Amino acid sequence: MLSFNTLIAVCLAYVVALFLIAFAADRRARQGKFGWLRSPLVYTLSLSIYCTAWTFYGAVGYAARSGLEFLTIYLGPTLVMVGWWWILRKLVRIGRSQRITSIADLISSRYGKSNLLGVIVTLMAVIGTTPYIALQLQSVTLSFAVFAGSAAPDKNATALWVAAGLALFTVLFGTRNLDANERHYGVVTAIAVEAVMKLFALLAVGVFVVWGVADGAGDILARIDASPIAGWELKPGRWVSLIFLSAVAFLTLPRMFQVMVVENADERHLSTASWAFPLYLMLMSLFVVPIAVVGLDLMPAGSNPDLFVLTLPLSQGREGLAMLSFLGGFSSATSMVIVAAIALSTMVSNHIVMPIWLSVARQGATVSGDVRQVVLTARRVSIAVILALGYAYYRVSGGGAALAAIGLISFVGVAQFLPALLGGIFWRGATRMGAAAGLLTGFGLWAYTLFLPSFGGSVILSAELLAQGPFGIGWLRPQALFGVSGMDPLVHALFWSLTLNTIAFCVISLASFPRPQERLQGAQFVNVFDHNPNAQGWVSGMAEAEDLLVMAQRILGPEQAQGLFSREAARQGKAGYLPDISPDFLQRLERELAGSVGAATGHAMIGQIVGGASVSVGDLMAVADETAQMMEYSSQLEAKSAELERTARQLREVNEKLTDLSVQKDAFLSQISHELRTPMTSIRAFSEIMREGGMTAAERAKYALIIHDETIRLTRLLDDLLDLSVLESGQVEMNMQTADLQDIIGRSVTSAGGDGCLAIHRDPVREQVVLVTDPDRLSQVFINLIANACKYCDAEQPELRIRVRSKGGNIEVDFVDNGTGIPAKSQPLIFEKFSRLGDQRAAGGAGLGLAISREIMANLGGSVIYLPGQGGAAFRVILPVDGAASTKSKP
Amino acid sequence: MSERRQPLFLERESYRQRRTTDAARLLPVLGFLALCLPILWGGEGGLLTSVGVIYLFGVWVVLIVVAMVLARRLRRIDAQQDAPD
Repeated sequence: MLSFNTLIAVCLAYVVALFLIAFAADRRARQGKFGWLRSPLVYTLSLSIYCTAWTFYGAVGYAARSGLEFLTIYLGPTLVMVGWWWILRKLVRIGRSQRITSIADLISSRYGKSNLLGVIVTLMAVIGTTPYIALQLQSVTLSFAVFAGSAAPDKNATALWVAAGLALFTVLFGTRNLDANERHYGVVTAIAVEAVMKLFALLAVGVFVVWGVADGAGDILARIDASPIAGWELKPGRWVSLIFLSAVAFLTLPRMFQVMVVENADERHLSTASWAFPLYLMLMSLFVVPIAVVGLDLMPAGSNPDLFVLTLPLSQGREGLAMLSFLGGFSSATSMVIVAAIALSTMVSNHIVMPIWLSVARQGATVSGDVRQVVLTARRVSIAVILALGYAYYRVSGGGAALAAIGLISFVGVAQFLPALLGGIFWRGATRMGAAAGLLTGFGLWAYTLFLPSFGGSVILSAELLAQGPFGIGWLRPQALFGVSGMDPLVHALFWSLTLNTIAFCVISLASFPRPQERLQGAQFVNVFDHNPNAQGWVSGMAEAEDLLVMAQRILGPEQAQGLFSREAARQGKAGYLPDISPDFLQRLERELAGSVGAATGHAMIGQIVGGASVSVGDLMAVADETAQMMEYSSQLEAKSAELERTARQLREVNEKLTDLSVQKDAFLSQISHELRTPMTSIRAFSEIMREGGMTAAERAKYALIIHDETIRLTRLLDDLLDLSVLESGQVEMNMQTADLQDIIGRSVTSAGGDGCLAIHRDPVREQVVLVTDPDRLSQVFINLIANACKYCDAEQPELRIRVRSKGGNIEVDFVDNGTGIPAKSQPLIFEKFSRLGDQRAAGGAGLGLAISREIMANLGGSVIYLPGQGGAAFRVILPVDGAASTKSKP
Repeated sequence: MSERRQPLFLERESYRQRRTTDAARLLPVLGFLALCLPILWGGEGGLLTSVGVIYLFGVWVVLIVVAMVLARRLRRIDAQQDAPD
C-alpha cells in the first residue's frame, strides 16, 4: 500500500509542475511568443474540462448502476460539436466581436446591456455550479481516503485544503490579467496538460483492465454479456432527454462557455475541435463499460462503483497505475474547479460587485486605475467566496449520495439559459423582458421540481408537500406538475422548466417592446456575420487610447485628432500620440467629438470604448465612418457651393471687364483706324501731289520726307502691335542673364532722352543691385515709363524720381513724376491697349507702351502697377531678383 | 467583389461550398437520429449492452470521421468568406 505521505508528495509535485507550466505559458504569452499556446490542440484539450471528476470516477459508477445511459452525457456534446456550424460558430464569433466575458455578459449584452439579466444569470450560475464544485471536492476527498485507508486525516480537512489550494491557484493564474476578455494562457495550458493527464490515466486503467485483467476485447464483450448490466434497459424518455440535456448544458455551462468562447484565440480552432473533441470524449468513454463490468465482477459486493477506477488497480496490486489514476481524477476535479471559479468570479465581479461599487462610489467611475483594482480585488474575493461556498455545500450536504445526483441537476439548472441564449443569437424579436421572464420561470421551476426536492424529504420541502403538493393542491406536486405523473423526475423537471421557460420567453418577447439599445444589440448579435467579418481581440491600456485615436481620427480627421492626442500626451509628459486615458482627457475628447457628432453621440462613443463596451469597436467605426462620410459629403457640398459662388463672382467680374473691354475694343478699332488713317491720309495726299509733278526738288524732297516719316510711324505702330501679340501669347523667349540694375536704368534714361525733358532724380547707392533678368526687355519697360513721364508730366518744371528698394525676394523700382497723375477712374484702364488718356497730341506712341510693359513684366516674373497717392503719376515695377518666376508662362 | 469576376468553374465551386455547409448542418441531425435508433429496436428479451456498445461507438466514430472531413472543407470556406469582399 502506498503511504499517505507518498501520495501527498506526488500530489504536491504534480501541483507544482502545473504551477510551473502555467507560469511558463503565461510568461511566453506575455513575451508575445504564442506558438502552440494558441494551437487548435490546446483549444480542444481545454474543452475537456467538460469531463470533470464526475466523469472520471462517476461515469464508471453510472455505468455500473445504469448501463449505457452514461454515454448520453458525452453524446450530447458530440452532437453539438459536430454541428458547430449551427450554433458554436456564431457564439464564438459573437463572443469575439462583442468581447464577451461570460455567459451572463452575453445575455446581458444581447438584451441591451441589461444589468438585471446579468444579475439573474450570475445568481443562477452560482447556484447551479456550487454543488458541482462541492462534488469535485468530494471526489478528491474520497480518492484520498481510498489511499489513506484508516490513516486518513479528517475528510473535511482534506476538502478544506484542496479548496484553499485551488483558490490560490485560480487567484494566481486566473486574475493575473487585468482584462477579463484577455486569454488566460497559463490556466488554459495547465488545463490542457491536465486533460492529457486524465485521458492518459483513464486509458491506462482501461488498457490494464481489458488486456491485463481480461483477455482482450472479445473476452470483455463476453464479460459484459455475463455481467449484471448485460441487458440494456433503454428508457426512451431519459435517453433522448439526457442527450438533449447534455448538449444544452455543454453550451450553457459557465465553465464551458469560458473555455469555448471567451478563451477562444482563433475561430478556426473550432473546426478542428469539431471532430477532435468528440474523439476525446469517445476515448474517455471507451473503457468505462469494461472497467465497470470488471469492477462489478472482481470487487467485493457493496464497494462503491464510483471509485472502481482507483480501487480496481489497487486491488490488483498496481499501485503505480492507481497513483496515475488518482492524478487523473485529481486533474479532472481541479481543472473544472479552476475554470468554473474563473468564469463565476468574472460574472460576479462584472454583474454584481461592479454595479454596486459604481453606485456607491459615484465619482469612482471616472478614475480608471481605481476601477481596475476594484475589479481585480472583486474577482479574487469572488473566487475565494465561490470555493468557500462549494466547501460549505460539501459540509452541509455531508458528502453523501445526494451529491452524486447533483451533476444532472446542475445541468438542468444551467440549461435554463438556453432559450435566452439561442433566442438572443437567432431571433431579433427577443426582448429583455422576455428573457428575464423565461429565465425566472425556468429557474423557479427547476428549483421547485428538481433542486429543492433533491435535498431529500424534510430538508427544505417537506415530505408532505412532495407527496400532496402545496396546500394539498395535487396538480402542483413538485414531481408531478399539472398532473403529469409517471415521468422520471429529471425528465419531468427538464420538460416543464424548459417548456415553460421557452413559452414565457417567446410570449413576453412578443408582447413587450424592446428599447433602442436592445434592438441595436439584437441586430448586431443576430447578424454578426454581416457586421463584423474580422473582429479582433481587444487589449486594454494602450489599445484603448489607440482605439480612441482611431475613432477620433475618423470623426475629427487625422491631423486634428493626432494634434489633440499629441498635445494631450505632451501635457501628461509623454511622447508620441497616445496619452493616458485620464478623465480630463476624456472630457476634452468628448467635447471635441461632441462638436462633430453631437453631445449625446460623443458621450456614448467615449462611454462605449472606455467603459466595458459591448458594442464592438468595429461597429462604432462603422458609425463613425458613416458620420465622417456624411460630414465629408456635406462639407463637399459646402465647398462646392462656395466654389460656385466664387465662380459666379468671378464670372460677374469677367463680365464687367468684358463689357469694358468691348467698349475698349470699339475704341481700339476706331483708334486703330484713326491711327492708321492719319498717316495714310498724309501719305496719299503727298503722294498724289508728287504724282501731279511740277514741283521743285526741295519740295519733292520735303514731301518724300513726310511720306517716309509717316510710313515709319505706321511701321512702328505695326511693330508694337506685333510685339504685343507675341508677348501676350507667351511665346516670347526671354534672354535671362545677370545684370546690374544701375546700368539698366542708366541706359534707359539715356535712350528715353529723359534728361532732356525732365529732371531725373536717382538713388545710385540703392540701384546697386545685381539681378537675373532680360536687360533689354527690362530697359524697354523703363524707357517706356520714362518716356511717358516725359510726355505726360504737366508740371512746370517736370521731375521724375526713380526709387529702388528691395522687398522680400523682389526689387521694386518706382517711377514717380510731379505731374497731376492719372485720375482714379482711368487708373484701371491705363494698361489696356490704345488707352491714351486725354491728350491725343502725344505723338510717337499708339497707346500700346504700357500694355507692352505689362506683358514684358509678366514674362519676366514680375509686374508693373500704377501706384496711386504719390503726388503724381507713379508706376511701380516689381521684379524678382533671381528671375525664378520668369519661366512661368502667362496663365 | 472580386468573386463575381471569377470564371464559371468557381460557380460550381461555390455551389459545392454551399452544399458542404448544408451537410455540416445536417450532420448533427442525422447523428441524433442514429443515436435514438436503438429506442425503436425492441426485439425479444430486450437489448444487449454489448451490442449497444458496438453500435454506439460505431456511430460515434462515423460522426467523428465525417466531421473531420467536413471541418477540413469548411475551414477553407470560412477563410474565403472572411476575406474582404
